Amino acid sequence: MAEIFFWEAVRRAHDEEMARDPMVICMGEDVGVVGGTYKATQGLYDKYGPERVMDTPISENGFTGLGIGASFLGVRPIIEIMSVNFAWLALDQIANSAAKVRYMSGGQLTAPVVIRSPGGVAHQLGAQHSGRMEKIFMGIAGLRVVTPSNPKQAYGLIKSAVRCNDPVFINEHEYMYSMKGDVPDAEYFHPLEGSEVARMGRDVTLFGYNISVHWCLQAAEILSKQHGVEAEVVDLFALSPLDRVGIKASASKTHRAVVVEEAEAPVGVGAEVIAIINEECFFELDAAPVRVSAANVPIPFNHKLEKAAIPNAQEVVKAVLKMLGK
Amino acid sequence: MNAADKKRLLREMLFARRFEERCYEAYMERKVGGFLHLYPGQEACCFGVMEAARPGHDYVITGYRDHVHAIKCGSDPKAVMAELYAKETGCSKGRGGSMHIFDVKHRFMGGYALVGGPFPLAVGMAKAIKMKGGDEIAICFLGDAANNQGTFHESLNMAALWKLPVLFVCENNLYGIGTRIDRSTAVTEQYKRVCGYDIPASQVDGQDIEVVYNEAKKAVDHVRSGKGPYFLELMTYRFRGHSMSDSNKYRSKDEEETWGKRDPLYILKSRLIAAKELSEAEYQKLDKEIIEQIEKDIIPFAESSPEPKVDELTKYVFGENDPYVRGGAR
Repeated sequence: MAEIFFWEAVRRAHDEEMARDPMVICMGEDVGVVGGTYKATQGLYDKYGPERVMDTPISENGFTGLGIGASFLGVRPIIEIMSVNFAWLALDQIANSAAKVRYMSGGQLTAPVVIRSPGGVAHQLGAQHSGRMEKIFMGIAGLRVVTPSNPKQAYGLIKSAVRCNDPVFINEHEYMYSMKGDVPDAEYFHPLEGSEVARMGRDVTLFGYNISVHWCLQAAEILSKQHGVEAEVVDLFALSPLDRVGIKASASKTHRAVVVEEAEAPVGVGAEVIAIINEECFFELDAAPVRVSAANVPIPFNHKLEKAAIPNAQEVVKAVLKMLGK
Repeated sequence: MNAADKKRLLREMLFARRFEERCYEAYMERKVGGFLHLYPGQEACCFGVMEAARPGHDYVITGYRDHVHAIKCGSDPKAVMAELYAKETGCSKGRGGSMHIFDVKHRFMGGYALVGGPFPLAVGMAKAIKMKGGDEIAICFLGDAANNQGTFHESLNMAALWKLPVLFVCENNLYGIGTRIDRSTAVTEQYKRVCGYDIPASQVDGQDIEVVYNEAKKAVDHVRSGKGPYFLELMTYRFRGHSMSDSNKYRSKDEEETWGKRDPLYILKSRLIAAKELSEAEYQKLDKEIIEQIEKDIIPFAESSPEPKVDELTKYVFGENDPYVRGGAR
């Protein structure tokens, strides 16, 4: 077990899979000579050459479609879309080609592509570079959506996604590439479905994913130390399909649920998780589930406004205390 | 192309014509639902190009006007008709429909219903071919209107940049749904739009199969020899509307009559008759045989086949028992 940066974990997964299988390639804007905006493909161009580490033109729909077409014939592309905001331009190929081809061909053709892309609110990147698009992708049938909250997950999810025969979208976070965490030395495959209990608790469940898992863990510490409340934190690393069993298990155990999301509330992860709780275990609840979400605004440039637009641990604490009548 | 080839191609094109006309009837009888885009008028494009290529070996992809391309690649017409009837025996198991014919065994990689969507997929297949070192080529058949999508330009750029083995065939039938090309497109001659990417391109008559074949042979040889992509524009005309929901009020009678005289079947048939390679009686016999095959073989198969089971609604959304989904692997 070694403590490494998030970006190193992503890079290691690429390197191992490319060394193992000559059909694994990676492609995207600046992934080659530059080594990736977040260093996720550093050194791979020198090691594997331009045919397998492809610097693409800035044509998101085009190169994503190219990767999908190559995957029809046995290539395993890891496609990096530099920022999730640019993935809007590739939605046609992701939703209409990759996600639907298995079904509409009656199972004859599959598109085993991995599409990685960082999103989230980072440092004053403005409205068009601060999108959170997981809600868009998780509404597409035939597409798996996963989102790592730490380097171990980042590594293991890419490894599994490359080998899985379904198209997988991996939602990363611009803020998290410099985060450190333990990753096993031995090869490790993280499941693409399910959820993880990141902290055990009995009084309330905080559901988070990606960066919001960290807000939940911080909030749980504050709740425990300052308010005597033991919160369970569930990490929803798989956003599609969502882990109904895991969500039900924790909500029925603590009888209270708060969903924490970095994205705007409408039509989002929180809405979906709360609907599942209602469907699976409504009568186990002691309180109405709530969401802690971003304000429904284009992300402002001004730093104070930007901070005010997205949730944090304090807001999670407040929501829990309100739920408990404290 | 010798006389025997021409006679065989006439038979194939006549079969395609009768097949499509029968699809129309089945649609009017409400046995076929959804959208239906028919091919009559454009037959020489598909058959001429594929005659120069290697059906079943080269990878073919196209838009929603796809029945005939699949059949030329080797698909069983019964399975294509059964797909239109939404049956389990259809080539896409009744999950695709007219616009989504797939037959991967014969390397017909699908009909896609987003205009311009197949461009990057074709370039991706060419990338895979190049990586694997095979002698196949990718062939992308699309209409002129697809060239107004961004994917056209993005794909031409990447295909040229990486010298990928892909042949773009533009079947220019002069209309994008109901809008005439000069009302939607600044440069109406499509092959001229390709020069910005340094891809060799040419434009020929798409109604005369011999002309198509001869030009396609050059194009296919160019691509197969590793010289990169080629763009072939074929001037053609669809005799029916864009789809079945088409009022067909946007074209003049004069125009339709002019193009009607340039029916690809008529052109080839007249030539064979003039050369005394074929008699009218022989042609009529051929036609009768084809209609019989459709009525006695193809339609009964489609009609009597079972529909997909409702309890298999969610089959094919994802793969089954993938070890990496549950983390069971290592």
